[in-house]
Amino acid sequence: MNFDYNEEQQLLADSVRRFLQKDYEFEVRKKIVGAGHSEKVWGAFAEMGLTGIPFSPDFGGFGGGAVDLLSVMEAFGEVLVVEPYLATLMGARCVANAGSDEQKKAVLPQVVEGKLKMAFAFSEKGARYDLAPSAVKATKAGSGWTLEGEKVVVLGAPLAGKLVVSAQAPAGPSLFLVDAKAVKLKPYVTLDEMRAADVVLSGAAGELLGAEGKALAVLEEVVDFGTALVCAEAVGVMKFSCDSTLEYLKTRKQFGVPIGTFQALQHRMVDMYVAYEQAKSMACLACSRVDGAEDAKERARAVSAAKIKIADNARLISQEAIQLHGGMGMSEELKVSHSFRRLTMIAQQFGDADHHLERFARLG
Amino acid sequence: MDLNYSQEELAFRDQVRGWLKANLPADLRDKIANYEELTREDLLRWHGILAKQGWVAPSWPKEWGGTGWSVVQRYLFEEECGYAGTPPLIPFGLSMCGPVLLKFGTEEQKKRFLPRIYNGEDFWCQGYSEPGSGSDLASLKTKAVRQGDHYVVNGQKIWTTLGHYADWIFCLVRTDSGAAKRQEGISFLLIDMKTPGISVRPLILMDGGHEVNEVFFDDVKVPLDNLVHKEGEGWTVAKYLLGHERMNTGRIGASKRELSKLKEFAAQQRKGGKSLMDDPRFRDKVSRLEVELTALEITNLRFLDRMRRTGQPPGADVSMLKIKGTEIQQGLTELMMQAIGPLAQPFKAVNGDAGFDEFTAAIAPRYCNFRKTTIYAGSNEIQRNIIAKMTLGL
Repeated sequence: MNFDYNEEQQLLADSVRRFLQKDYEFEVRKKIVGAGHSEKVWGAFAEMGLTGIPFSPDFGGFGGGAVDLLSVMEAFGEVLVVEPYLATLMGARCVANAGSDEQKKAVLPQVVEGKLKMAFAFSEKGARYDLAPSAVKATKAGSGWTLEGEKVVVLGAPLAGKLVVSAQAPAGPSLFLVDAKAVKLKPYVTLDEMRAADVVLSGAAGELLGAEGKALAVLEEVVDFGTALVCAEAVGVMKFSCDSTLEYLKTRKQFGVPIGTFQALQHRMVDMYVAYEQAKSMACLACSRVDGAEDAKERARAVSAAKIKIADNARLISQEAIQLHGGMGMSEELKVSHSFRRLTMIAQQFGDADHHLERFARLG
Repeated sequence: MDLNYSQEELAFRDQVRGWLKANLPADLRDKIANYEELTREDLLRWHGILAKQGWVAPSWPKEWGGTGWSVVQRYLFEEECGYAGTPPLIPFGLSMCGPVLLKFGTEEQKKRFLPRIYNGEDFWCQGYSEPGSGSDLASLKTKAVRQGDHYVVNGQKIWTTLGHYADWIFCLVRTDSGAAKRQEGISFLLIDMKTPGISVRPLILMDGGHEVNEVFFDDVKVPLDNLVHKEGEGWTVAKYLLGHERMNTGRIGASKRELSKLKEFAAQQRKGGKSLMDDPRFRDKVSRLEVELTALEITNLRFLDRMRRTGQPPGADVSMLKIKGTEIQQGLTELMMQAIGPLAQPFKAVNGDAGFDEFTAAIAPRYCNFRKTTIYAGSNEIQRNIIAKMTLGL
């Protein structure tokens, strides 16, 4: 038993934090959000090795796991990074898990080097969190495939060079590698200030990833991986929310005293802090089970348990942070209103608490 | 990062688990499983079994019978006991008076009391709370006046758990009512419950159980030798006890056992021709509690790991474990009660009806009884005050 980051992980987290402190400072971030993302930041991520962490050394990566990404995602959460990092990792993970050697060689080194951003198109209108594709159909066309239909809320799609799209093929759920130029995007900004799009596929050419009809297990694994990472990110956002609220309680004066002297507020602050610690524990659990679970069921159960807790506590912490900041918390000028927006979305990303309660119970 | 126990720790856990399986008497195990009240003899029997094995006071120094286990081993042992459903070890001697004597007692006091605590020859209780002094402990009024070679004690203690079983009571008393600060002028006294002038009155709780008492002191003579630490410095002793390492505060093992029992029990209850566990509204409550318990367990392990690495006592972390642990225990008793629906109502058989279901009838009283957990040992609001002050600096 050991909850410490190893030396490598700690050094990496430290250098990521140092970089973000300056280059993702809140005022700088505002400009990045306006532009959608920052090529300069992405280049720095690649230079620090962040884009290679979970990929095999065969393709230039570090062969790490979710646990190695835990501290990075936490650091991202603290400053509310909007780069399409998770989207890229998830898209590339589909290739790493299901793709042929040739496909991996074509895609992964480019991702690792920071030259290729990706997106993972798995959501469909009206399907909520169901991963089995039905709105996008794949049909065989000569030696390749064509895709027809629409995917929604594809994070990072407007910035991606390649997409991984889940589709219903004759033999069942399958994954396809699709060139971004082959699809039509309806792009937008999300509430939490990221770039996303609905993706229209009208006869787009796709390259089959893995065996036809066998994609569901890959989808589940990649979404569990993404869920564990978003749990880790949530811990960072929660940390910022708690820290800034605590700071506010100590400095804001009313009735001639800091408002942190009021017991009604102290106890609410304590509950936020306890919720943060519980969330952190669950993020550790989720990441370590994504890397080392005995089987898919153990992994899925741990990830769902974590997401239930993270979703509940994201709501509690974000709402309390605003309440304890008073009117100022409502203002767009304060970072805490942005962390509120991110936590609000994280609570529902990859399944809300109800979805995961259902899944947790189903897994027994 | 590795969330799993080491091979050695797992081997230790298996050894403890195997030993408990072989040595926990079936009648005691059943009593616990059926939510029956334990007698003084029941408690002492289990104490004796552990004392004989050398496992009754793991955290004590080896020379006094401690096991020399690591913090992780101690935690594993306590959680395995909880999971196996052993009778509790009553903490007043082993985890409270013992550690106080080890830290503040004279050699003579240690020799006189520690072996008897270890072997269960003296049953101890705690004299802290008073009718006017609950969370505000320093306002206590029970008075001890020095007269020659003894103190004369007058006053009243309340909520004295198992005082009716006890041979000895350790008390906080006021030895100087003129002290500048309320925390000064308090002393820590050991008092023989057989001393003339002590009377014990039961306080029956709403579940009908007798576990707490009022203890009255009427000109009770206590030898000066029974003072622990210096006169007027009892508050230091009390604070030491509060900060004493108690990493099993979350009672995770016992809650795990109750959770599997709840699932099994609820699965047997029918609702609309189906198992109650198939009712999403009920099932989700159970799941949420299970997730809470998992979060608490990992948090507890994180604190334990930090303690092991830094060598620092857990401090205010224990307050968090207390808050979450007791909320979970209460949640479990509430869902057990909800699981039986209208059958929660039968309480006590009249005329000794032989067919009366004693187990079912014990479920709702247990829910009533467990409301105490968020009040005792420093109410959960006091725990929040501690975290606010110690951890958050408010």
